Amino acid sequence: MQQMTTQTPLFLYALRLADDALVLGHRLSEWCGHAPVLEEDLALANMALDLIGQARSLYAYAGQQEGRGRDEDALAYRRDAGEYRNILLVEQPNGDFAATILRQLLYAACAHPFYEALASSKDATLAAIAAKSAKELAYHVRHAGEWTIRLGDGTEESHRRAQEALDELWPYTGEMFEADEIEQALIEAGIAADRALIRPRWQRTLAPILAEANLRLPAGEWMQSGGRMGRHSEHLGHILAELQFLQRAYPDARW
Amino acid sequence: MVDPEIPVLTIADLGVLRDVRVENGAAEVFITPTYSGCPAMDMIAVEVALALEQAGFRAPKVTSVLSPAWTTDWITQEGKAMLERFGIAPPNGKAGRRALFGEERVTCPRCGSQETARISEFGSTPCKALYRCIACAEPFDYFKCL
Repeated sequence: MQQMTTQTPLFLYALRLADDALVLGHRLSEWCGHAPVLEEDLALANMALDLIGQARSLYAYAGQQEGRGRDEDALAYRRDAGEYRNILLVEQPNGDFAATILRQLLYAACAHPFYEALASSKDATLAAIAAKSAKELAYHVRHAGEWTIRLGDGTEESHRRAQEALDELWPYTGEMFEADEIEQALIEAGIAADRALIRPRWQRTLAPILAEANLRLPAGEWMQSGGRMGRHSEHLGHILAELQFLQRAYPDARW
Repeated sequence: MVDPEIPVLTIADLGVLRDVRVENGAAEVFITPTYSGCPAMDMIAVEVALALEQAGFRAPKVTSVLSPAWTTDWITQEGKAMLERFGIAPPNGKAGRRALFGEERVTCPRCGSQETARISEFGSTPCKALYRCIACAEPFDYFKCL
């Protein structure tokens, strides 16, 4: 608890955003060499690069805010699962291609308007990172949206898989709009983006895509939670085992 | 100095080079990434520092800036012409909010036909998309508007 009290709100906020981007970026990078077609291999790897690039900027800023000398590498490679603050959605397994695409759609359709809003933050560094990220995420929404329509409105098999993916991932979407007291205070200070205002924009993006894809929005209202407090699914540990292996086995190794 | 991935463009043509300041014999160069995860940035930073050292500046500084965010609007007219000669269709018009599923009309850099189709939103680097020309049947890269 001693450690918690020394963490500034801005450090925690940047860390949350960075963890979301890194973990999703890592998940997408797992497709490299495995995607169904070459163009998708390139697309998923490119989007992974965008996300990992966003994470690097956010980690670097978090490290500065913390002021304890931790840089982007220390934050990415030297924290255990319980210290990660990403939402549970981004650590969900890639599953089949439909699961990856639906996860990408649910995330990007929220992250895009979120970063657009954060681009007006009173914090100049967050605003700069957000303006850059929003432009990239616009392409992610378009990519995932087009594939969602193709899969949902495709064959019986692709439709079934897309609907299953949506049903499976839906309970993880609530966490994207959670804001605790730390975040609420930052919203009031004009530093953080108000997630409550993002939700209607997210819904407006999703509705026409899902309608065209003949996919039905799951009815369930119960939502998973815990990622922001460091309570993760077992998947994150496996991700970190791979992501952090080199720096754990050979600390400070360089190319 | 040229971009490592697109060797016909200088980093100034590309808009990656933002500013050069020389004060009391100390040089600082400001660069901005095209995309957040652009893997060429580290190499560009190293090459800029090397070029400055070779020009006699001791301990030159290369600073990466994110604001204002890079846009294809910063690519010079000369740069766009060079991209086209290199076989990459230059970004089309102004970057801005497009309709989510709006198609861009892209001209084939080889035969000039506007009958082209997008193969993939993402190409060999984050800044490019993959297109195919229906008229001459050649695939080509398109430098995406950002």
